[in-house]
Amino acid sequence: MTAPILRIENISKRYGKKDVLKGASLDVKKGDLKILIGPSGAGKSTLLQCINFLVKPDEGRIWLDEQEVHYANKRDLYAYRQKVGMIFQDFNLFDHLTALENVRIGMVRVKGMGKAEAGERAVLELERVGLKEHMQKYPAQLSGGQKQRVSIARALAMDPRVMLLDEPTSALDPELIGEVHAVIRDLGNNGMTMIMATHQIGFASSLASEILFMEDGRILERGTPDKIFNHAENARTQEFCSKITELYGERG
Amino acid sequence: MTEGWLYIQTEVYPALLKGFWVSLQLIAPSALLGLAIGIMVGVLRIYGNRPVMAAANTFVAIFRGIPLVVQLFIWYFGLPHIGIYLSPFFASVLGFSLCSGAYHSEYIRGALLSIKRGQMLAAQSLGFSKIRMIFSIILPQAIRRALPGCGNEIIYLIKYSSLAYMITCIELTGQGKILASNSFKYTEVFLMIGACYLVMTSVASIILGRVEDRLRIPGFEHRRT
Ligand SMILES: Nc1ncnc2c1ncn2[C@@H]1O[C@H](COP(=O)(O)OP(=O)(O)OP(=O)(O)O)[C@@H](O)[C@H]1O
Ligand SMILES: [Mg+2]
Repeated sequence: MTAPILRIENISKRYGKKDVLKGASLDVKKGDLKILIGPSGAGKSTLLQCINFLVKPDEGRIWLDEQEVHYANKRDLYAYRQKVGMIFQDFNLFDHLTALENVRIGMVRVKGMGKAEAGERAVLELERVGLKEHMQKYPAQLSGGQKQRVSIARALAMDPRVMLLDEPTSALDPELIGEVHAVIRDLGNNGMTMIMATHQIGFASSLASEILFMEDGRILERGTPDKIFNHAENARTQEFCSKITELYGERG
Repeated sequence: MTEGWLYIQTEVYPALLKGFWVSLQLIAPSALLGLAIGIMVGVLRIYGNRPVMAAANTFVAIFRGIPLVVQLFIWYFGLPHIGIYLSPFFASVLGFSLCSGAYHSEYIRGALLSIKRGQMLAAQSLGFSKIRMIFSIILPQAIRRALPGCGNEIIYLIKYSSLAYMITCIELTGQGKILASNSFKYTEVFLMIGACYLVMTSVASIILGRVEDRLRIPGFEHRRT
């Protein structure tokens, strides 16, 4: 068996008196696409943000490529975050920079690459997400789907080992979801390792290597898409899946 | 008529020119220093740790809360009591920069708060350190948002630079005062001085407008006032 790229062990997070995460553990192998599903407030976003320490977990440990991440050490933390790309629901592009500059800035300011070299790479990444002709536009001039693709290009330019995607299409109009899904599908086919929270179970079940059902800060059940959507053992999983199938249409 | 003209040519014009020049020398460094102080203090008020934040807030409370003339008197007449002697010019620039910086920091602070938290998460997720994030992501946006307010403050500075004559730094207003009390032509002299300030503030607002245009980016437009 190959060692996991990313190993997450027993992550817990408390806000005040509320336990938002109650010991979540997860092994991710190269090329895996793990899909997090679960009701609102289950802790999906919190788990993803704990994985790159945007939220500091109260307990738990994380290993990347078998190296434990010591996030208290700033240098280690910044190096680790470069290797873990994050895609947000509301894109979070840098509003004062063009698409090209958005993709380039991390390479220049964080990795210390030269502007020209980073610019070339940025063009490549934008081409890969189908936005080369829009690279001089500012976020305010892009559609939601285009913004999300820029943010994916921005993350990819850092050469991440793993990508975390937090409901990447939830803020999009239905007709724009497809273009972002196509990019993510493409990433998966090229072997990118990903953990994604989503309610788009049609898309999820066609791509996922494993589905994780979360509720109330715990990963209640995990398994192949077929197992979770059609033969779930836990009654809560069954209930959630039938509800979400109704809401988000047929799976395919 | 000719006598009046002669008076203007030989007395008023050279004196006002000299004063005008001193005013510019007071205003330019104070504007730049004030802006720099404002940006620094504004950043510390938002991103500093608790004691730094408290210190920055105290700075603003003091320099915004005490009348500028009083501050100038303290710098010029007060400091010698503890053995520090500042020239009138230097004391004025110091007083203007600190006061102006306190006001700028308010505009900067408001603009910093208006930048969405998501962009900071995005920067951090790319591996940005906090300082890099502030300088390459947050400030370039915040400064654009703060520009109208900061421009306003610079216009104010041009006008309150006239207070320098109170601590014997003879700039435009000071020259006018001397001229007028020698000739008793208060109206004429101060009308001319008023016109000089109007020219300075008008030119400044044209320059500030140009800067705003240069920095304009889709998504950061704001209405002209
Ligand atoms: N900064 C915070 N302070 C306090 N409580 C928080 C904070 N962030 C999240 N929570 C709480 O933690 C719980 C889990 O939130 P989280 O955003 O992780 O859920 P989620 O599964 O992503 O939900 P959704 O599907 O709505 O995105 C919620 O009850 C939320 O109210
Ligand atoms: Mg969420």
